[in-house]
Amino acid sequence: MFENSGDIALLFWRTLLALPQTWRQRQKVMDQFFEIGNASLLMVCVLTFFIGGVIALNFGPVLVEHSMASAVGGVVGLAIAKELAPVMMAILIAGRIGSAMAAEIGSMRVYQEIDALRTMNINPIHYLVLPRVLAIAFALPMLVIFSVLVGWFGGAVVANYNHLMEIPFRVFFADLKDIVKLQDVVNGVFKSFCFAIIIGVVSCHQGLTTLGGPRGIGRSVTKAVVNSIVLIVIFDYILTRILLN
Amino acid sequence: MSTTNPTSTAAGVGLAVRGLRKSFDGQEVLKGIDFIVQPGEIFVIMGPSGSGKSVLLKHLIALETADAGEIFINGEPITTPEIAAKYRMALVFQSGALLNSLTVGENVGLYLTEHQLKSPAEIEKIVEEKLADVGLKDAIHKTPGELSGGMKKRAAIARALVIEPQLILYDEPTSELDPLSAVVIGNEILELNQRIGVTSLIVSHDRDLAFGIADRIAVMAEGRILVIGTPDEVKNFNDPQVQDFLRAGLHREK
Repeated sequence: MFENSGDIALLFWRTLLALPQTWRQRQKVMDQFFEIGNASLLMVCVLTFFIGGVIALNFGPVLVEHSMASAVGGVVGLAIAKELAPVMMAILIAGRIGSAMAAEIGSMRVYQEIDALRTMNINPIHYLVLPRVLAIAFALPMLVIFSVLVGWFGGAVVANYNHLMEIPFRVFFADLKDIVKLQDVVNGVFKSFCFAIIIGVVSCHQGLTTLGGPRGIGRSVTKAVVNSIVLIVIFDYILTRILLN
Repeated sequence: MSTTNPTSTAAGVGLAVRGLRKSFDGQEVLKGIDFIVQPGEIFVIMGPSGSGKSVLLKHLIALETADAGEIFINGEPITTPEIAAKYRMALVFQSGALLNSLTVGENVGLYLTEHQLKSPAEIEKIVEEKLADVGLKDAIHKTPGELSGGMKKRAAIARALVIEPQLILYDEPTSELDPLSAVVIGNEILELNQRIGVTSLIVSHDRDLAFGIADRIAVMAEGRILVIGTPDEVKNFNDPQVQDFLRAGLHREK
Protein backbone atom coordinates (compact mmCIF):
# COMPACT_ATOMS: atom_id res chain seq x y z
CA MET A 1 0.00 0.00 0.00
CA PHE A 2 2.62 2.52 1.06
CA GLU A 3 4.70 2.10 -2.12
CA ASN A 4 1.69 3.49 -4.01
CA SER A 5 1.07 6.40 -1.65
CA GLY A 6 2.86 8.83 -4.00
CA ASP A 7 0.68 7.75 -6.93
CA ILE A 8 -2.46 7.99 -4.79
CA ALA A 9 -1.49 11.51 -3.66
CA LEU A 10 -0.83 12.44 -7.30
CA LEU A 11 -4.25 11.15 -8.36
CA PHE A 12 -5.82 13.17 -5.53
CA TRP A 13 -4.00 16.29 -6.74
CA ARG A 14 -5.09 15.69 -10.35
CA THR A 15 -8.66 15.20 -9.15
CA LEU A 16 -8.47 18.54 -7.36
CA LEU A 17 -7.19 20.16 -10.56
CA ALA A 18 -10.16 18.62 -12.39
CA LEU A 19 -12.68 20.34 -10.07
CA PRO A 20 -13.49 23.07 -12.63
CA GLN A 21 -14.95 20.23 -14.77
CA THR A 22 -17.59 19.53 -12.11
CA TRP A 23 -20.44 21.37 -13.83
CA ARG A 24 -19.71 19.57 -17.07
CA GLN A 25 -19.76 16.20 -15.30
CA ARG A 26 -22.75 17.02 -13.08
CA GLN A 27 -25.00 14.35 -14.55
CA LYS A 28 -22.45 11.62 -13.84
CA VAL A 29 -21.95 12.98 -10.30
CA MET A 30 -25.72 12.82 -9.69
CA ASP A 31 -25.96 9.31 -11.18
CA GLN A 32 -23.15 8.07 -8.94
CA PHE A 33 -24.59 9.90 -5.93
CA PHE A 34 -27.98 8.21 -6.23
CA GLU A 35 -26.36 4.87 -6.92
CA ILE A 36 -24.36 5.12 -3.70
CA GLY A 37 -27.44 6.23 -1.75
CA ASN A 38 -29.68 3.50 -3.16
CA ALA A 39 -27.08 0.81 -2.63
CA SER A 40 -26.34 1.77 0.96
CA LEU A 41 -29.30 3.42 2.69
CA LEU A 42 -31.11 0.33 3.94
CA MET A 43 -27.89 -1.27 5.12
CA VAL A 44 -26.91 1.96 6.90
CA CYS A 45 -30.24 1.97 8.75
CA VAL A 46 -29.97 -1.63 9.88
CA LEU A 47 -26.29 -1.36 10.84
CA THR A 48 -26.51 1.84 12.87
CA PHE A 49 -29.77 0.93 14.58
CA PHE A 50 -28.09 -2.14 16.01
CA ILE A 51 -24.83 -0.31 16.76
CA GLY A 52 -26.80 2.23 18.82
CA GLY A 53 -28.62 -0.64 20.50
CA VAL A 54 -25.48 -2.57 21.36
CA ILE A 55 -23.75 0.51 22.80
CA ALA A 56 -26.77 1.12 25.02
CA LEU A 57 -26.82 -2.57 25.94
CA ASN A 58 -23.13 -2.63 26.85
CA PHE A 59 -22.87 0.60 28.82
CA GLY A 60 -26.44 1.26 29.99
CA PRO A 61 -26.77 -1.42 32.70
CA VAL A 62 -23.32 -0.54 34.11
CA LEU A 63 -24.18 3.16 34.27
CA VAL A 64 -27.60 2.42 35.83
CA GLU A 65 -25.95 0.16 38.40
CA HIS A 66 -23.66 3.05 39.38
CA SER A 67 -26.58 5.49 39.58
CA MET A 68 -25.64 7.22 36.37
CA ALA A 69 -28.72 6.36 34.32
CA SER A 70 -28.91 9.94 33.14
CA ALA A 71 -25.55 9.50 31.31
CA VAL A 72 -26.74 6.69 29.03
CA GLY A 73 -28.13 9.02 26.35
CA GLY A 74 -24.93 11.08 26.36
CA VAL A 75 -22.62 8.07 26.13
CA VAL A 76 -24.57 6.51 23.27
CA GLY A 77 -24.92 9.90 21.54
CA LEU A 78 -21.24 10.78 21.76
CA ALA A 79 -19.97 7.33 20.79
CA ILE A 80 -22.14 7.26 17.69
CA ALA A 81 -21.70 10.87 16.57
CA LYS A 82 -17.97 11.18 17.14
CA GLU A 83 -16.63 7.74 16.26
CA LEU A 84 -18.87 4.83 15.41
CA ALA A 85 -21.07 6.34 12.71
CA PRO A 86 -18.24 7.94 10.68
CA VAL A 87 -15.86 4.98 10.94
CA MET A 88 -18.39 2.16 10.57
CA MET A 89 -20.12 3.87 7.66
CA ALA A 90 -16.77 4.53 5.96
CA ILE A 91 -15.81 0.85 6.33
CA LEU A 92 -19.21 -0.21 5.02
CA ILE A 93 -18.95 2.12 2.03
CA ALA A 94 -15.36 1.02 1.34
CA GLY A 95 -16.59 -2.56 1.14
CA ARG A 96 -19.70 -1.87 -0.85
CA ILE A 97 -18.97 1.15 -3.06
CA GLY A 98 -15.14 1.28 -3.09
CA SER A 99 -15.00 -2.32 -4.26
CA ALA A 100 -17.55 -1.61 -7.01
CA MET A 101 -15.55 1.43 -8.16
CA ALA A 102 -12.30 -0.53 -8.32
CA ALA A 103 -14.00 -3.40 -10.16
CA GLU A 104 -15.73 -1.16 -12.70
CA ILE A 105 -12.70 0.98 -13.50
CA GLY A 106 -10.40 -2.06 -13.36
CA SER A 107 -12.61 -3.86 -15.86
CA MET A 108 -12.55 -0.78 -18.11
CA ARG A 109 -8.77 -0.74 -17.89
CA VAL A 110 -8.38 -4.45 -18.67
CA TYR A 111 -10.81 -4.34 -21.60
CA GLN A 112 -9.12 -1.23 -23.10
CA GLU A 113 -12.12 1.07 -22.53
CA ILE A 114 -9.85 3.58 -20.78
CA ASP A 115 -7.43 3.47 -23.71
CA ALA A 116 -10.42 4.12 -25.97
CA LEU A 117 -11.32 7.20 -23.89
CA ARG A 118 -7.76 8.48 -24.18
CA THR A 119 -7.73 8.04 -27.96
CA MET A 120 -10.85 10.26 -28.04
CA ASN A 121 -8.98 12.85 -25.96
CA ILE A 122 -11.32 12.22 -23.01
CA ASN A 123 -9.41 12.49 -19.75
CA PRO A 124 -10.20 9.42 -17.59
CA ILE A 125 -9.76 11.55 -14.46
CA HIS A 126 -12.46 13.97 -15.63
CA TYR A 127 -14.73 11.24 -16.96
CA LEU A 128 -14.31 8.48 -14.36
CA VAL A 129 -12.51 9.64 -11.21
CA LEU A 130 -13.94 13.12 -10.57
CA PRO A 131 -17.64 12.09 -10.65
CA ARG A 132 -17.02 9.13 -8.35
CA VAL A 133 -14.91 11.03 -5.82
CA LEU A 134 -17.36 13.94 -5.70
CA ALA A 135 -20.38 11.66 -5.42
CA ILE A 136 -18.91 9.67 -2.54
CA ALA A 137 -17.66 12.86 -0.85
CA PHE A 138 -21.25 14.16 -0.75
CA ALA A 139 -22.99 10.84 -0.16
CA LEU A 140 -20.97 9.51 2.77
CA PRO A 141 -21.42 12.57 5.05
CA MET A 142 -25.16 12.49 4.30
CA LEU A 143 -25.31 8.80 5.11
CA VAL A 144 -23.41 9.52 8.33
CA ILE A 145 -25.91 12.22 9.38
CA PHE A 146 -28.68 9.75 8.71
CA SER A 147 -26.88 6.96 10.54
CA VAL A 148 -26.25 9.17 13.60
CA LEU A 149 -29.99 9.80 13.91
CA VAL A 150 -30.88 6.13 13.39
CA GLY A 151 -28.14 5.04 15.82
CA TRP A 152 -29.42 7.38 18.50
CA PHE A 153 -32.90 6.03 17.95
CA GLY A 154 -31.63 2.44 18.21
CA GLY A 155 -29.87 3.27 21.48
CA ALA A 156 -33.03 4.94 22.82
CA VAL A 157 -35.20 1.93 21.91
CA VAL A 158 -32.88 -0.50 23.72
CA ALA A 159 -32.48 1.82 26.73
CA ASN A 160 -36.25 2.12 26.96
CA TYR A 161 -37.28 -1.51 26.55
CA ASN A 162 -34.37 -3.32 28.23
CA HIS A 163 -35.48 -4.37 31.71
CA LEU A 164 -32.09 -3.43 33.22
CA MET A 165 -32.42 0.20 32.11
CA GLU A 166 -36.01 1.21 31.30
CA ILE A 167 -34.96 4.78 30.55
CA PRO A 168 -37.85 6.75 28.97
CA PHE A 169 -37.25 8.21 25.50
CA ARG A 170 -37.72 11.75 26.86
CA VAL A 171 -35.00 11.27 29.49
CA PHE A 172 -32.63 9.56 27.05
CA PHE A 173 -32.87 12.37 24.49
CA ALA A 174 -32.78 15.15 27.10
CA ASP A 175 -29.53 13.68 28.44
CA LEU A 176 -28.19 13.26 24.91
CA LYS A 177 -29.02 16.89 24.14
CA ASP A 178 -27.19 18.04 27.28
CA ILE A 179 -23.98 16.17 26.54
CA VAL A 180 -23.68 15.99 22.73
CA LYS A 181 -22.82 19.32 21.15
CA LEU A 182 -23.48 20.25 17.55
CA GLN A 183 -19.70 20.50 17.12
CA ASP A 184 -19.38 16.79 17.98
CA VAL A 185 -21.74 15.89 15.13
CA VAL A 186 -20.02 18.31 12.74
CA ASN A 187 -16.62 16.82 13.60
CA GLY A 188 -17.93 13.32 12.88
CA VAL A 189 -19.39 14.43 9.57
CA PHE A 190 -16.12 16.18 8.67
CA LYS A 191 -14.19 12.98 9.38
CA SER A 192 -16.57 11.05 7.13
CA PHE A 193 -15.95 13.58 4.35
CA CYS A 194 -12.20 12.91 4.62
CA PHE A 195 -12.80 9.13 4.68
CA ALA A 196 -14.96 9.45 1.57
CA ILE A 197 -12.12 11.16 -0.31
CA ILE A 198 -9.77 8.36 0.81
CA ILE A 199 -12.17 5.64 -0.38
CA GLY A 200 -12.84 7.37 -3.71
CA VAL A 201 -9.23 8.12 -4.59
CA VAL A 202 -7.80 4.78 -3.38
CA SER A 203 -10.49 2.76 -5.18
CA CYS A 204 -10.16 4.71 -8.43
CA HIS A 205 -6.36 4.42 -8.23
CA GLN A 206 -6.58 0.66 -7.84
CA GLY A 207 -8.98 0.48 -10.78
CA LEU A 208 -6.79 2.61 -13.02
CA THR A 209 -3.67 0.54 -12.25
CA THR A 210 -5.31 -2.86 -12.76
CA LEU A 211 -3.18 -5.26 -14.80
CA GLY A 212 -3.99 -8.66 -16.24
CA GLY A 213 -7.40 -10.21 -16.74
CA PRO A 214 -10.19 -11.09 -14.29
CA ARG A 215 -7.65 -12.13 -11.63
CA GLY A 216 -6.13 -8.66 -11.84
CA ILE A 217 -9.56 -7.12 -11.27
CA GLY A 218 -10.07 -9.36 -8.23
CA ARG A 219 -6.70 -8.31 -6.82
CA SER A 220 -7.52 -4.63 -7.36
CA VAL A 221 -10.85 -4.94 -5.58
CA THR A 222 -9.24 -6.61 -2.56
CA LYS A 223 -6.46 -4.02 -2.42
CA ALA A 224 -8.93 -1.14 -2.78
CA VAL A 225 -10.97 -2.31 0.21
CA VAL A 226 -8.04 -3.28 2.44
CA ASN A 227 -6.02 -0.13 1.68
CA SER A 228 -9.06 2.09 2.19
CA ILE A 229 -9.82 0.55 5.59
CA VAL A 230 -6.21 0.80 6.76
CA LEU A 231 -6.03 4.46 5.69
CA ILE A 232 -9.43 5.20 7.29
CA VAL A 233 -8.22 3.88 10.65
CA ILE A 234 -4.90 5.76 10.43
CA PHE A 235 -6.58 9.02 9.40
CA ASP A 236 -9.26 8.51 12.05
CA TYR A 237 -6.58 8.81 14.71
CA ILE A 238 -4.89 11.78 13.02
CA LEU A 239 -8.17 13.66 12.47
CA THR A 240 -9.44 12.92 15.98
CA ARG A 241 -6.19 14.22 17.39
CA ILE A 242 -6.44 17.42 15.30
CA LEU A 243 -10.15 17.96 16.06
CA LEU A 244 -9.65 17.43 19.81
CA ASN A 245 -7.10 20.24 19.82
CA MET B 1 12.98 4.80 -47.94
CA SER B 2 12.27 8.50 -48.11
CA THR B 3 13.12 10.51 -45.03
CA THR B 4 10.73 13.37 -45.67
CA ASN B 5 7.46 13.54 -43.80
CA PRO B 6 4.43 12.98 -45.98
CA THR B 7 1.93 15.78 -46.24
CA SER B 8 -1.81 15.60 -45.78
CA THR B 9 -4.55 15.53 -48.35
CA ALA B 10 -8.02 16.95 -47.73
CA ALA B 11 -9.06 13.86 -45.78
CA GLY B 12 -6.03 11.72 -45.05
CA VAL B 13 -2.79 12.54 -43.30
CA GLY B 14 0.57 10.87 -43.56
CA LEU B 15 2.54 9.22 -40.83
CA ALA B 16 6.28 8.75 -40.41
CA VAL B 17 7.99 6.47 -37.89
CA ARG B 18 11.73 6.70 -37.35
CA GLY B 19 13.97 4.43 -35.28
CA LEU B 20 11.27 3.41 -32.81
CA ARG B 21 12.54 1.28 -29.92
CA LYS B 22 10.77 -0.06 -26.87
CA SER B 23 11.72 -2.50 -24.11
CA PHE B 24 9.62 -4.04 -21.34
CA ASP B 25 11.54 -5.40 -18.34
CA GLY B 26 14.78 -5.45 -20.31
CA GLN B 27 13.27 -7.32 -23.26
CA GLU B 28 13.35 -5.30 -26.46
CA VAL B 29 9.95 -5.53 -28.19
CA LEU B 30 10.53 -2.91 -30.90
CA LYS B 31 14.05 -2.91 -32.33
CA GLY B 32 14.19 0.19 -34.49
CA ILE B 33 11.05 0.54 -36.59
CA ASP B 34 11.09 2.82 -39.66
CA PHE B 35 8.27 3.34 -42.13
CA ILE B 36 6.20 6.00 -43.83
CA VAL B 37 2.49 5.87 -44.56
CA GLN B 38 1.34 8.15 -47.37
CA PRO B 39 -1.88 10.19 -47.09
CA GLY B 40 -4.93 8.20 -48.19
CA GLU B 41 -3.02 4.92 -48.25
CA ILE B 42 -4.09 1.56 -46.82
CA PHE B 43 -0.98 0.28 -45.08
CA VAL B 44 -1.07 -3.14 -43.45
CA ILE B 45 1.46 -4.33 -40.88
CA MET B 46 1.51 -8.13 -40.76
CA GLY B 47 3.40 -10.50 -38.58
CA PRO B 48 3.03 -13.44 -36.25
CA SER B 49 1.69 -13.04 -32.72
CA GLY B 50 4.25 -11.47 -30.40
CA SER B 51 6.09 -9.67 -33.19
CA GLY B 52 5.34 -6.27 -31.61
CA LYS B 53 2.49 -5.10 -33.88
CA SER B 54 0.04 -4.07 -31.16
CA VAL B 55 2.78 -2.37 -29.11
CA LEU B 56 3.72 -0.41 -32.22
CA LEU B 57 0.08 0.62 -32.70
CA LYS B 58 -0.14 1.93 -29.12
CA HIS B 59 2.95 4.06 -29.76
CA LEU B 60 1.38 5.53 -32.88
CA ILE B 61 -1.50 6.95 -30.87
CA ALA B 62 0.66 7.90 -27.88
CA LEU B 63 -0.77 5.33 -25.48
CA GLU B 64 2.82 4.16 -24.95
CA THR B 65 6.02 6.16 -24.81
CA ALA B 66 8.98 4.99 -26.87
CA ASP B 67 12.46 4.49 -25.39
CA ALA B 68 13.92 5.96 -28.59
CA GLY B 69 12.78 7.12 -31.99
CA GLU B 70 10.10 9.47 -33.21
CA ILE B 71 6.64 9.38 -34.75
CA PHE B 72 5.45 12.26 -36.91
CA ILE B 73 2.02 13.08 -38.18
CA ASN B 74 2.13 15.86 -40.74
CA GLY B 75 5.63 16.67 -39.55
CA GLU B 76 4.56 17.13 -35.92
CA PRO B 77 5.93 14.66 -33.38
CA ILE B 78 3.24 12.68 -31.55
CA THR B 79 4.03 12.87 -27.87
CA THR B 80 0.58 12.94 -26.26
CA PRO B 81 -2.90 11.66 -27.13
CA GLU B 82 -3.92 15.32 -27.49
CA ILE B 83 -1.72 15.68 -30.58
CA ALA B 84 -3.15 12.46 -31.98
CA ALA B 85 -6.62 13.92 -31.37
CA LYS B 86 -5.66 17.20 -33.06
CA TYR B 87 -5.03 15.31 -36.28
CA ARG B 88 -8.18 13.26 -35.72
CA MET B 89 -6.50 9.89 -35.38
CA ALA B 90 -8.84 7.11 -34.37
CA LEU B 91 -8.01 3.63 -33.13
CA VAL B 92 -10.37 0.72 -33.67
CA PHE B 93 -9.45 -1.71 -30.91
CA GLN B 94 -9.28 -5.47 -31.38
CA SER B 95 -12.15 -6.00 -28.95
CA GLY B 96 -13.99 -2.87 -30.06
CA ALA B 97 -13.46 -1.43 -26.53
CA LEU B 98 -16.99 -0.05 -26.39
CA LEU B 99 -17.96 1.28 -22.97
CA ASN B 100 -20.25 -1.34 -21.48
CA SER B 101 -22.06 1.18 -19.30
CA LEU B 102 -23.35 3.06 -22.37
CA THR B 103 -25.65 2.11 -25.23
CA VAL B 104 -24.21 1.66 -28.72
CA GLY B 105 -25.58 5.09 -29.71
CA GLU B 106 -24.03 6.75 -26.65
CA ASN B 107 -20.73 5.05 -27.41
CA VAL B 108 -20.72 6.30 -30.97
CA GLY B 109 -21.61 9.85 -29.92
CA LEU B 110 -19.29 9.91 -26.91
CA TYR B 111 -16.59 12.08 -28.48
CA LEU B 112 -19.09 14.75 -29.53
CA THR B 113 -20.98 14.62 -26.23
CA GLU B 114 -17.92 14.85 -24.00
CA HIS B 115 -16.32 17.66 -25.96
CA GLN B 116 -19.71 19.40 -26.35
CA LEU B 117 -19.10 19.92 -30.05
CA LYS B 118 -22.75 19.66 -31.15
CA SER B 119 -26.22 19.96 -29.72
CA PRO B 120 -27.88 16.73 -28.50
CA ALA B 121 -30.21 16.72 -31.53
CA GLU B 122 -27.26 17.11 -33.94
CA ILE B 123 -25.33 14.37 -32.14
CA GLU B 124 -28.30 12.01 -32.41
CA LYS B 125 -28.52 12.66 -36.14
CA ILE B 126 -24.79 12.12 -36.67
CA VAL B 127 -24.86 8.92 -34.60
CA GLU B 128 -27.73 7.56 -36.69
CA GLU B 129 -25.84 8.40 -39.89
CA LYS B 130 -22.60 6.76 -38.76
CA LEU B 131 -24.36 3.65 -37.51
CA ALA B 132 -26.23 3.45 -40.83
CA ASP B 133 -22.85 3.70 -42.62
CA VAL B 134 -21.74 0.48 -40.93
CA GLY B 135 -25.15 -1.22 -41.14
CA LEU B 136 -26.00 -0.95 -37.45
CA LYS B 137 -28.81 1.59 -37.39
CA ASP B 138 -31.10 -0.79 -35.49
CA ALA B 139 -28.54 -1.31 -32.73
CA ILE B 140 -28.56 2.30 -31.53
CA HIS B 141 -30.34 1.54 -28.23
CA LYS B 142 -28.68 -1.81 -27.60
CA THR B 143 -25.87 -2.30 -25.10
CA PRO B 144 -22.47 -3.61 -26.26
CA GLY B 145 -23.20 -6.87 -24.45
CA GLU B 146 -26.06 -7.54 -26.86
CA LEU B 147 -23.81 -7.31 -29.96
CA SER B 148 -21.82 -10.04 -31.69
CA GLY B 149 -18.05 -9.69 -32.14
CA GLY B 150 -18.44 -8.42 -35.72
CA MET B 151 -21.14 -5.92 -34.72
CA LYS B 152 -18.94 -4.60 -31.90
CA LYS B 153 -16.13 -3.96 -34.39
CA ARG B 154 -18.51 -2.21 -36.76
CA ALA B 155 -19.82 -0.09 -33.88
CA ALA B 156 -16.21 0.76 -33.00
CA ILE B 157 -15.64 1.83 -36.62
CA ALA B 158 -18.78 4.03 -36.40
CA ARG B 159 -17.35 5.58 -33.21
CA ALA B 160 -14.11 6.26 -35.06
CA LEU B 161 -15.98 7.83 -37.99
CA VAL B 162 -17.70 10.37 -35.70
CA ILE B 163 -14.30 12.01 -35.20
CA GLU B 164 -14.17 12.53 -38.99
CA PRO B 165 -10.74 10.92 -38.86
CA GLN B 166 -7.80 11.71 -41.07
CA LEU B 167 -6.07 8.51 -39.98
CA ILE B 168 -7.69 5.32 -38.69
CA LEU B 169 -5.63 2.66 -36.97
CA TYR B 170 -7.14 -0.82 -36.84
CA ASP B 171 -5.90 -3.41 -34.35
CA GLU B 172 -6.60 -6.91 -35.70
CA PRO B 173 -9.95 -5.89 -37.23
CA THR B 174 -10.85 -9.41 -38.40
CA SER B 175 -9.62 -11.46 -35.44
CA GLU B 176 -12.18 -13.73 -33.77
CA LEU B 177 -14.59 -13.23 -36.69
CA ASP B 178 -16.10 -15.82 -38.98
CA PRO B 179 -14.85 -15.61 -42.61
CA LEU B 180 -17.99 -13.82 -43.85
CA SER B 181 -17.87 -11.14 -41.11
CA ALA B 182 -14.14 -10.71 -41.81
CA VAL B 183 -14.92 -10.00 -45.46
CA VAL B 184 -17.63 -7.49 -44.45
CA ILE B 185 -15.17 -5.64 -42.19
CA GLY B 186 -12.49 -5.67 -44.91
CA ASN B 187 -14.92 -4.25 -47.44
CA GLU B 188 -15.99 -1.53 -45.02
CA ILE B 189 -12.36 -0.47 -44.47
CA LEU B 190 -11.81 -0.35 -48.22
CA GLU B 191 -15.06 1.53 -48.85
CA LEU B 192 -14.24 4.14 -46.18
CA ASN B 193 -10.82 4.66 -47.64
CA GLN B 194 -12.25 5.18 -51.12
CA ARG B 195 -15.22 7.32 -50.01
CA ILE B 196 -13.56 9.77 -47.61
CA GLY B 197 -9.90 9.29 -48.48
CA VAL B 198 -8.93 8.49 -44.91
CA THR B 199 -5.48 7.02 -44.33
CA SER B 200 -5.76 3.51 -42.90
CA LEU B 201 -3.10 1.65 -40.95
CA ILE B 202 -4.05 -1.91 -40.15
CA VAL B 203 -2.26 -4.30 -37.86
CA SER B 204 -3.28 -7.85 -38.65
CA HIS B 205 -2.08 -11.37 -39.20
CA ASP B 206 -4.97 -11.99 -41.60
CA ARG B 207 -3.29 -12.68 -44.92
CA ASP B 208 -6.54 -12.51 -46.91
CA LEU B 209 -7.35 -9.07 -45.53
CA ALA B 210 -3.85 -7.73 -46.11
CA PHE B 211 -3.46 -8.93 -49.69
CA GLY B 212 -7.09 -8.08 -50.46
CA ILE B 213 -7.14 -4.39 -49.55
CA ALA B 214 -3.61 -3.09 -48.85
CA ASP B 215 -1.80 -0.57 -51.02
CA ARG B 216 1.41 -1.54 -49.22
CA ILE B 217 2.29 -4.21 -46.68
CA ALA B 218 4.99 -4.36 -44.02
CA VAL B 219 5.92 -7.71 -42.50
CA MET B 220 7.22 -7.65 -38.92
CA ALA B 221 8.94 -10.34 -36.92
CA GLU B 222 10.66 -10.18 -33.53
CA GLY B 223 10.35 -6.41 -33.26
CA ARG B 224 11.77 -5.61 -36.70
CA ILE B 225 10.25 -4.83 -40.08
CA LEU B 226 11.51 -7.40 -42.57
CA VAL B 227 10.02 -5.94 -45.73
CA ILE B 228 7.81 -3.10 -46.94
CA GLY B 229 6.26 -3.12 -50.40
CA THR B 230 3.20 -3.61 -52.55
CA PRO B 231 1.37 -6.93 -52.10
CA ASP B 232 3.18 -8.36 -55.14
CA GLU B 233 6.59 -7.17 -53.94
CA VAL B 234 6.02 -8.72 -50.51
CA LYS B 235 4.75 -11.97 -52.01
CA ASN B 236 7.92 -12.26 -54.11
CA PHE B 237 10.35 -11.05 -51.43
CA ASN B 238 13.09 -13.59 -51.06
CA ASP B 239 13.47 -13.95 -47.28
CA PRO B 240 12.89 -17.23 -45.46
CA GLN B 241 11.12 -15.59 -42.47
CA VAL B 242 8.73 -13.66 -44.73
CA GLN B 243 8.05 -16.66 -46.92
CA ASP B 244 7.52 -18.93 -43.89
CA PHE B 245 4.90 -16.49 -42.54
CA LEU B 246 3.16 -16.12 -45.91
CA ARG B 247 3.29 -19.86 -46.67
CA ALA B 248 1.69 -20.60 -43.30
CA GLY B 249 -1.24 -18.59 -44.55
CA LEU B 250 -1.27 -20.31 -47.93
CA HIS B 251 -1.11 -23.73 -46.29
CA ARG B 252 -4.28 -22.97 -44.30
CA GLU B 253 -6.13 -22.22 -47.55
CA LYS B 254 -5.63 -25.71 -48.96
